Amino acid sequence: MSCPIGSHIPAGADAKAGSSPTTTSTKPNPIRDAAAQSPEAYEEEHVHGVYESIAGHFSSTRYKPWPFIASFLRERVASGSVGLDVGCGNGKYLGVREGADVHMIGSDRSPSLVGIARGRGFDVAVADGLALPFRPGCADFVLCIAVIHHMSTRERRVDALRKLLACVTGDGQVLVYVWALEQSSSRRGWDMNSEQDQLVPWVMKANQNKKDKDSSSGESADTTYERFYHLYREGELEEDMRTAGGRVLESGYERDNWWVIGGHTEKS
Amino acid sequence: MKVLSLNFLTCAVKTCKIESDSYPLHPKDAELVQDDIELNEDFLVNLLPRIDWTALSTTATELGFPALPSTPPTPEDLRADAKTLRDLHSLLLETQMVEGKLVCASCGHEYAVHEGIANFLLPSHLV
Repeated sequence: MSCPIGSHIPAGADAKAGSSPTTTSTKPNPIRDAAAQSPEAYEEEHVHGVYESIAGHFSSTRYKPWPFIASFLRERVASGSVGLDVGCGNGKYLGVREGADVHMIGSDRSPSLVGIARGRGFDVAVADGLALPFRPGCADFVLCIAVIHHMSTRERRVDALRKLLACVTGDGQVLVYVWALEQSSSRRGWDMNSEQDQLVPWVMKANQNKKDKDSSSGESADTTYERFYHLYREGELEEDMRTAGGRVLESGYERDNWWVIGGHTEKS
Repeated sequence: MKVLSLNFLTCAVKTCKIESDSYPLHPKDAELVQDDIELNEDFLVNLLPRIDWTALSTTATELGFPALPSTPPTPEDLRADAKTLRDLHSLLLETQMVEGKLVCASCGHEYAVHEGIANFLLPSHLV
């Protein structure tokens, strides 16, 4: 699932979450507590179900590759490489590398988004990030862009990283992007004191529904969906990567997102 | 889903990951289509070390292709052998499985392939 963020997103898509900026993560958080009760069911409602509902609208706002990810694909991937994009969404990274000299396979939890990616001619599968169908150690690199932050417990986020690491060769690279807590310059205005576990609204304008089959319903009201996000603090993604048994090769921040390139430790 | 991709897929069930017979998945009732793609010799030669040749041989036979040699060609051999290059290109990149099932020989689960998309979401009892 591709992430939000950035000025290219049409107004109305990602509305500002109305949370108190002074809450800290040590205080009780009803969202985190609800998720912890049954993470799978919670993510079904607040992640998978939402993406199925908004897939078409979401996809239409996701066409511009992130600069660092595009340069990774164009400049750091050797000819003949095999890459995976876990959480490929509409497949916007599957065609970035031109010249047909790298084979990429995408997977996503959302059948609707996978259908869109397939329609663009990519090799894609429907799969859960915690039960990936890839041969262990098969890939030269794995992308996982704006996915892990949808996992509602730390255990699951670390497990997801572990699953990504299992896909790559001994010197393979795992490039992960997650939404940052520190994005005071974005219109959401979150900063290091904001709550890390949030439900972020996605507003589907009534006219987005125009082409839906039952035109009788969608004429007047906007529909708001709430997606679960765990907003990462500075250093947290690297820490999770190490907890997952990986090595941090490189890390950084790009427009409201933390990123890390992880790999196996020397002796694995 | 290209035959090349099948070489990188295995069963999504956790306990199958350590079972050798969970890979490769076995095509069942497979419907294939053939695309027309320009051959890229360098790509194929560079790709060769990433391919599990034994699994590819199994998949090729199960899809009704002629048997592959028992060992993969060396890069030099492949470059010098236009027919093998063309055959491999056709099998790996031009052949797609668009309908059918992929079956795990370890747990027996059948993953549906529909309109070129394999679905690896597991029923709750297999998670």
